[in-house]
This record gives sequence, structure tokens and C-alpha cells, in this order.
Amino acid sequence: MLSIKNLHVSIAGKEILKGLSLEVREGEVHAIMGPNGTGKSTLASVIVGREDFHVDSGEIMYKGRDLMGLSVEERALEGIFLGFQYPVEIPGVSMTSFLRTAVNEHRKYRGLDPLTGAEFLALMEERKELIEIHSDLTNRSVNEGFSGGEKKRNEIFQMAMLQPALAILDETDSGLDIDALKVVANGVNRLRTPGNATVVITHYQRLLEYIIPDFVHVLYDGRIIKSGGKELALELEEKGYEWLKLQES
Amino acid sequence: MSPEKTEQVLGRKLISLFDSHRNHISRYDPPFLQGIRNQAMESFRKAGFPTTAMETWRNTNLERVLEKDYNIIFDPPEAPVDLENVFRCEVPDFNTHIISLYNGWYISRDTPLLTLPNGTIIGSLAQALREIPELAEKHFNKYAGAMGNGLISLNTAFAQDGVFIYVPDGVEAYKTIQMVNILNRDDDVMVQNRNLVILGRNSRLRLVHCDDSHNQQPSFTNTVTEVFLDEGATIDHYKLQNLNNSSTLVNSSFFYLEKESRLSTHLITLNGGLIRNESFVRLSGPEAHADVFGIYLMDKNQHVDNQVFMDHSAPVTTSNQLFKGILDDQASGVFNGHILVRKDAQRISAYQSNRNILLTDKAVVHAKPFLEIYADDVKCSHGATVGRLDENALFYIRSRGIGEYNARLLLMYAFAAEVIRRISITPLRNRIDDLVKKRLRGELAICDQCVLHCSQEEKRYSFDIDMSKI
Ligand SMILES: Nc1ncnc2c1ncn2[C@@H]1O[C@H](COP(=O)(O)OP(=O)(O)OP(=O)(O)O)[C@@H](O)[C@H]1O
Ligand SMILES: [Mg+2]
Repeated sequence: MLSIKNLHVSIAGKEILKGLSLEVREGEVHAIMGPNGTGKSTLASVIVGREDFHVDSGEIMYKGRDLMGLSVEERALEGIFLGFQYPVEIPGVSMTSFLRTAVNEHRKYRGLDPLTGAEFLALMEERKELIEIHSDLTNRSVNEGFSGGEKKRNEIFQMAMLQPALAILDETDSGLDIDALKVVANGVNRLRTPGNATVVITHYQRLLEYIIPDFVHVLYDGRIIKSGGKELALELEEKGYEWLKLQES
Repeated sequence: MSPEKTEQVLGRKLISLFDSHRNHISRYDPPFLQGIRNQAMESFRKAGFPTTAMETWRNTNLERVLEKDYNIIFDPPEAPVDLENVFRCEVPDFNTHIISLYNGWYISRDTPLLTLPNGTIIGSLAQALREIPELAEKHFNKYAGAMGNGLISLNTAFAQDGVFIYVPDGVEAYKTIQMVNILNRDDDVMVQNRNLVILGRNSRLRLVHCDDSHNQQPSFTNTVTEVFLDEGATIDHYKLQNLNNSSTLVNSSFFYLEKESRLSTHLITLNGGLIRNESFVRLSGPEAHADVFGIYLMDKNQHVDNQVFMDHSAPVTTSNQLFKGILDDQASGVFNGHILVRKDAQRISAYQSNRNILLTDKAVVHAKPFLEIYADDVKCSHGATVGRLDENALFYIRSRGIGEYNARLLLMYAFAAEVIRRISITPLRNRIDDLVKKRLRGELAICDQCVLHCSQEEKRYSFDIDMSKI
């Protein structure tokens, strides 16, 4: 589904991704771990099409298509979703109208009629039920004044509304209490199908007890320096990243 | 000798027109008015038109406007104007009493001065000056006269008609009064109407005031409105401006607030060539409160200027100003908010905020707060920002599948909505909400200009807000 080959990315003349490769197939869950500032969010941003990053070389293929020619919104409509590490507050735009617009844009793209207000509300209820989110954030402005945990849950809720083919969750577990962590993990698991894929970026092995990854990758200094199964996360937790660095050199 | 400045040419023309038409202009004046007119003309002779040498006019240049050789209309329209042809009301659930000024002259469906069973008087200022001069005399030019601005003096000298509203003590005008200013001429005209609104004790009025042009003809409107709020009175006032790109409007409003009265005024500027709003608010009794809100959406070479003079002259008075603007292309904007807290006016709170979004490098805004405080128990805050659309928010919205154009509209609309939300008359809020969306989409036509003016061709806009269309 997603195939990244030898990707080099820079911002403001500074190289951040230095030859990164990654293969994600349908039905898989991948976890990406790695120290602060090594390029995890950069990778996520480049996949969804953020324009301030410059792709110097390498390629990103998604469902057999080169992603480079597609705009941010086109990638979203093609099924790529990013759960932001820092969700953006948008005062004055209500969650409901924001999501309704997004859902209807996705429907339009697939040649479907837009949902009416009532249909949309029903869909929201259904998806809240599915991922067991009970707090009502939908009548507020997008992320405005949301607590850290609420923002993260709201990302999962948006994912549930849009049901992407490829979801990239950038530290969606950070700052969550144990109950919220379960809600987020539960959401991911409930939304999982044989046809979609999830990439979770995390610092904590703990999340991976709830979302069982097929692969764990270590992103270090702009490259994936080690990949393995879920046991790699445990090993990292125990030994730290220094161990890998030593091993590498 | 240096060549004569264009504004001096127009100024001299106006002075000589005044001299030659003095008797005609004042033919129905009650005695108290004669002296006022002559004095005002004297002031104009001395002051002339405002120039950029004046502090509050530094960023609004009238030179181009004053180059034109405007005609003055000294008489009311001869043939009766068919109001039904001029506008039709199609806003659902908006029960209003409509009055209108046609090229500056009051035109009425029934009588030029209507007295409702509850004592409310609505009609032509010219008629009110004739029929009830005592009431008019108490307030006419009492608030505007104190300000030594040449344009205000000029208005006082020339004004022959306008709207007069009186709401007696304790009366709540149940219908919203809607005033429509219609300009419909084939020549360049200067219109100087004058409005007087008097609210008795504990009375209440909702007034919507629309400035409307019906063609692309250049025009210069110099309008002055005086509003007096007696103790405990409340006014909810809206000024909706959507004029053509060759029009100039200088709109000076004076609000005089007695004890415990409340003012809420909204300046909604959707289109116009050069628009300047001057709002003078005097809080002269304890517990008086004023809200002055504004939204402006300008593009091309349009210019908008909002001036607020908030005068806290009594203790325990409060005020709140919020102005927001979006400027595209080469449009320019000015905001000057002057808060004055006089000596011994203690326990004051006065807030002011001006926020702007510039969509291009060529659009500009000059924002200047000016606080002048002579008391010490004062809570005061002010802030002015000029920025771009939030790139992070744009990216976030687009990452959910909403195209860039719509994402920008969504952000612009959200920015404007903070002001629109404060419109307390629901059908009016919906209508303005609609107009703002159309404006942001670039679909607003001149025929949309007034709140209630829906021309035959106009399709009814859905009131169910579907963001996917904005
Ligand atoms: N807009 C930018 N301008 C300059 N440098 C940037 C910019 N964005 C990111 N960087 C730099 O790129 C590097 C990688 O950042 P990135 O956010 O991808 O790290 P990360 O792996 O997600 O870290 P964390 O675990 O702390 O979230 C950092 O050194 C960061 O400072
Ligand atoms: Mg990160």
C-alpha cells in the first residue's frame, strides 16, 4: 500500500530524512519509535503532503501511485489520514461543520451524494458508539480549549468518521491517562480491517500492549536503522536507543 | 501662486451653493435651526474638508473623492417613488417597519410622519422639524455640533431631510425599524442626510440601517446620525454597508448615553469605494454600557476606515469594542480607537480589540489604539493584530480532504463569525451570515446590498448553513 524508497527530505536547507525506506502492506500495523528530533513527524508530514518540507530524492508510492504530484487534500481523499502530534485549534469553526464538510468532500470524491444534516448526525453517533467515545466535543470549535487528552481522542474520532485506508498516528498516545490510552487503542483496533493499514508513531512500549504491531521500526537520525517484530519494542524499552547506536557502529 | 487644490474648488462651490440656496434650504426651518446652519457654514468655511495633515485622517485621503464635481439635490423627488419596485422583503420571520431615504430624501408609503398607537414617532426629519420642533430642538445638533469636523459642519449646513425616530418613555418598539438609504441617480451626487433618534427612559429600539447603491454611479454620501438614549434605554443598532466601488460614504454617528442605558452598534462593511465610519460614544451616566462592533471585508482598491471615540465621562461605565477585517488585493483599512476616561470617572472598564487578516502583500492596515486616561480605577485593555491566515490551520483542514479554496473560506468565515455571532436578531444574523459567505466567495452583487433588498432575480439563499458550500 505504501512504499517509501531511499527518501531524503530537508527543511530550510537542513537534511532531516537521510535515505529512509519503509514498506507497509494492507492489513498491517507498523510502529515507528525513535528518539526526539530524529524525523518521525517529518516523515508523517511528508506522507500527507506538507509543502514546507522539500523532498530531495527518493520516492513515495501509495497504492501504486507516486504521491509527489498530489496535493494535501487529494492525498486525504485517496485515504491517507494523519493523527497530528499537535492538533491545531481552529476558533470559530465548529467540529460538526468541519467534519460534515470533510465527510461530504470524501463522498463527493467517490461520486456519492452529500449527507443531510440528520444523516450526518446519525453517522456521528454511530462512530462515537463504535469507538466508545462518550464525551461531547462535537459542538465546540475544532480543538479549541480541548485538553491534551481530548485533542488526541478527537483525532481518533475524526479517523473514525473518515475511515482512512492508511492512518498515521503521530504520538496519539502521548499525554494520555491509562483509560484514554485504552480508548485510543480500542478505536484503532475497531477500525482495523484487512484492507487498511496503520502506522503508529510512539515513544512508549505501553501503547503496543494494546495495539499489537506487526512490525516495529527504529527511526534514528533520519533513517530506519532497525526493524523487527513487537519484541523489538520491549528490547528498546529495556536497553534504550544507545544500545542500537552502538550495535550499528 | 500655487494652483488651487481640487478640494478647494469643491469647497468653494459648496459655499457658493449654500449662499445662493440658503433661503431654499431653510425654508421650513424652525427658528432654532437658522442660527445653527449659519454657524455650521462658518465652521466649514474655516475648517474645509479634512486632510491627511489631520491626525485622525492621516491614512484616509479624500483628495480623489473631492476631485469630482458633485451635484446637490435641493428638492425631494417629484414623482412618487414606487417602493415595491425598489425593494421587496424576503427575509423569513423578520418583521420590520421599513422606511427609506431616496437620494437623501425621505419617502414614505403613507404619511411622512407616522405616530403609532404606543406613541412612537417615525418619519421624515424635515417633517418632524416642522411638526414637533420642541422635541427635535432638545437634541438636534447637540451631540454632533460639539465636534469641529468640516464634514459634520457641512452636513449640518446642508441637511434638509433624513430619518426621525422617537420612542416614548417605557415603550419597546416591537418591530425592528429598517432604514434603507437608496442612491439612484445618473449623475454624480453628494448626499447629506441627517438622522435623529430619540429614545425615552427605559425604552427600547432595534434599528437596522442599510446603505445601498443601485448602479455604478460615483456618489459621495456624508451622513450624520445623532442618537440620544435617556436613562435605562436600549438600542440595538446595525449599519450594513454594501455600496458600489465608486461610492464614498462618510458616516458619522453620535451616541449619547444617559445613566443605565445600553448601546450595541454593529458596523458591517461588505463593499464600497471609500467608507469611513466615525462612532462617537459618550457614556455620560453611571452604569451606561456600549458595545461597538465592526466587520469589514474589502478587496480591489477599496478603503475602509473605522474611527471610534469612546468617551467615559461618568463613573461605573463600561465599553467593549471589537473590529475585525479581512483585506484582499490592494485594499486598505484604518482603525483608530480612542478611549477617553475623564477625571473622576472611576470604576471603568473599557476593552478594545482590532484584528486583521491580510490576504496579499499589497493590502494594508493602519491600526492605532489611543488611550487617554485621567482616572485611576480603570480596567482597560486594547490590542491590534495584523496577520495572515493560519498556515497550520489551513494544513490541518486540508489534511481532512477539504480543498485549499474551501479551507481558506472556512478560516475567513470563522474569523468573521466572531462578530456576526453577536448580532442578536436571529433572522438578521442569518441573513448577514449569508451575505458574508457570499462576499467571501466573491458572489455578492450590488443587488444584494440591503438586508431586505432582494431583487427579483436573486435566488433565496438557504438558511441551513451547509459549510460544504462556503
Ligand atoms: N519547520 C522546521 N524548520 C526547521 N527545522 C525543523 C522544522 N520542522 C522540524 N524541524 C527539525 O527537524 C528535526 C526532526 O523533527 P521531527 O519533528 O520530525 O522530530 P520527531 O522525531 O517527530 O521528534 P519528537 O519525538 O520530539 O516528536 C528536528 O531537529 C526539528 O527541529
Ligand atoms: Mg514528532
